[in-house]
Amino acid sequence: MNLNLNRQEFKSILPRFALVAVVLLIVGVMSFLSPVFMTSKNMTNIFRQISINGIIAVGMTFVILLGDIDLSVGAVVGVVSVVCGNLLEQGMNWFAVCLIALAVSIVFGVFNGTLVAYLNFQPFVATLATLTIGRGVALAYSDGRPYIINNPIFKAIGQGYVGKVPIPVIILLAVCVICYVILNYTTFGRYFFAVGGNKNAARLSGVKTKKVEMSAYIISAICACIVGLILSARISSGQPNAGDGYELDAIAAVAIGGTSMNGGVGSLTGTMLGFVMIGLLSNSMNLLNINSFYQQIVKGCLIIIAVYVDMKSKGDKK
Amino acid sequence: MANDNYVLEAREICKSFSGVKVLDHAGLTVLPGEVHALMGENGAGKSTLMKIIMGIYTKDSGSIVMNGQEVEFKGPSDALYAGISMIHQELSPIPEMTVAENIFLGREKRKIKGLPFMDRKAVNSSTMELLERYEMAEYIKPTMKMKTLNIAQIQMVEIIKAVSYDSKILIMDEPTSSLSDKESEVLFKIIENLRSQQVGIIYISHRMAEVFQISDRISVLRDGNFIGCVETESASHQKLINMMVGRELERGYPQNTAEKGEVVLELKDMCSEGVFENFNLSVRSGEILGLAGLVGAGRSEVMQALVGYDPLDSGEIYLEGEKIEIHHPSDAIKNHIIIASEDRKELGLVFGRSIRENVALQNLEQVSTASFLNKPLEKKLCNSYAKEMTIKMNSIEEDIGSLSGGNQQKAVLAKSLMSKPKVLIMDEPTRGIDVGAKSTIYNIMIDLAKQGIAIIMISSELPELIGMADRILVMSGGKIMGELTDKKEFSQHKILSMAFGGVLNES
Repeated sequence: MNLNLNRQEFKSILPRFALVAVVLLIVGVMSFLSPVFMTSKNMTNIFRQISINGIIAVGMTFVILLGDIDLSVGAVVGVVSVVCGNLLEQGMNWFAVCLIALAVSIVFGVFNGTLVAYLNFQPFVATLATLTIGRGVALAYSDGRPYIINNPIFKAIGQGYVGKVPIPVIILLAVCVICYVILNYTTFGRYFFAVGGNKNAARLSGVKTKKVEMSAYIISAICACIVGLILSARISSGQPNAGDGYELDAIAAVAIGGTSMNGGVGSLTGTMLGFVMIGLLSNSMNLLNINSFYQQIVKGCLIIIAVYVDMKSKGDKK
Repeated sequence: MANDNYVLEAREICKSFSGVKVLDHAGLTVLPGEVHALMGENGAGKSTLMKIIMGIYTKDSGSIVMNGQEVEFKGPSDALYAGISMIHQELSPIPEMTVAENIFLGREKRKIKGLPFMDRKAVNSSTMELLERYEMAEYIKPTMKMKTLNIAQIQMVEIIKAVSYDSKILIMDEPTSSLSDKESEVLFKIIENLRSQQVGIIYISHRMAEVFQISDRISVLRDGNFIGCVETESASHQKLINMMVGRELERGYPQNTAEKGEVVLELKDMCSEGVFENFNLSVRSGEILGLAGLVGAGRSEVMQALVGYDPLDSGEIYLEGEKIEIHHPSDAIKNHIIIASEDRKELGLVFGRSIRENVALQNLEQVSTASFLNKPLEKKLCNSYAKEMTIKMNSIEEDIGSLSGGNQQKAVLAKSLMSKPKVLIMDEPTRGIDVGAKSTIYNIMIDLAKQGIAIIMISSELPELIGMADRILVMSGGKIMGELTDKKEFSQHKILSMAFGGVLNES
């Protein structure tokens, strides 16, 4: 009996453990294979790249924990990018621009939340529509042309450093810490697990399930907004096509991190390991001169393996 | 006893689920062209017996004989090909397919043998033939899409599907439960036609009037035992009730010695269209009020509407004399009106999460400051409630789904108690749990009553209700049919008469 339990406990921590082991393995192997890998320049580079996918994945975790999905995040990045580009071109203060971008993204979040929570649209369909609308809005707003961003303070959001650490990485850390605290140390965070695990039971227990669902989409949109700001700042331009396909990378990170697409089960630490692993792997493959076409194949296989290990570890309970 | 004419004979069937005997030497015989009604209280074993006949459950002992030959079905498709079909309470058509396609699903006629091209014409004409033969052609056409049909029509399709397999036995489980009177009459005509074509029908129903109208013989089950079989002509309402009651009163229920105080909760004229109407109730502190009725009488529905889970069209709620508004379960919890749901899996608990999280879920404000959780306090409080309820667990961090039914029920109670209820609604508090856990829960109920909590107990187990309740309301068809106030007057006979009587008046 006791032995069984230990085995079960062991099995339930196995996937997390396996992710850490794989991350360490990549680091170990790569520091042998490539002299560049462990340099601080490369590490800085990796984490700056990771920050884009990472921030979106953190927001996506809230949505997926409910058993929902948000396909519209990439489009929100695009809208934020052109809005910032245009307003900055007109000489608006950088902080005001950021606030307006935030407001715009919240509108998208509320739109998704209304469709899903209050009008009972399926999340996939609702956010697919929002994705299409959002990208259309970005293209129409900019007439398909990019804006050039010259504001030095705004550009620092994507290009600047604090000490040796790039600002995007600091933002990523801040987003991770804030969301981790929300999810694990507040009543509000607890509701995500309850609603995702059993919406009816959560409602009977007094949880305002529609509000929880609405806030998940708002959180996800805000994270997309932050990425929109970082990305525009880094490339010094407002691009209507910015963020194209980002939703899929984020979903991949969440899935690799062991959050169930059915909701109720998962964690932010898992997601963090997920996006770190994807980032390390693509950097490694770049350093080893592996063709980017093959990199995609590897990434796809990785998702299958990670989710398979996760399913196996949970399979015993049911 | 031996009668070669029987198309189906179930002999001496026994079945236990995790040690609990559900069927104890139960049996049933069906003649060709007869409508054989099967009656009994909730949990008497009717559905289990049918599922064993269909091969959905395996029997522990006994035999099933068809046309003199013993048979052993491995599943419903075996039974289907042998000539037994069941029209389930929940029908499951494929909405985008036509009537004919649904009927011939899996055995489509092919244009050319071996090629996957369906011969629509042949399928449609065979369906039409069947519809005409069983006199349903005026209600459905073979080319209608399933999604355009109403429940009565879908039921007809299921019946046609059954006879298209040359079924000799048709099992109908509460077929009129969601039909209008007019639709029921049509169904009875169809049943008449089936009977004339020598199909034997097992007809499960709670509705006394229709059983008398259409059946030839009536069998009664009680507590998994076969009580008897009577010719409908010689039976009476009273006689059947007498056969159904008399479930043994289990020994010793704890006595509720709590002092009855002021009225805590009063409900006035609660209505929800089509579900319940003019529901009135009042319950005192320390009192255990029983709510009796058959499945579908509207007991759980009223209570779920009270706590704001289901919609309420009209009605007033008074808590300790003051009118309160409840629009969402959170309002009920704030007012300390707590429901411990019968459906642990769907409504009571979040499987996959820990015992701690489940117990704390509706009580998070107690263990948090400005929305920030105090985890050590949460753990401590949940642990103390879990211990109080004597939940058997290795740790409070264990997945709630890994607990036994009885312990899950205790967890639901721990969660409810942590909300400090003034009114505690216990919906089927002992369903699916073993005897030991049951008596623990009875004792807990008395303790709670002594603490001054008003308890509303919904139960389909009459002995339990009679043993535990101080007062009993009987519901049927969404209405209160009567009230028993004197504990000495409680009898299964009275309760069942009211519970069935309502249905009788309705039709």
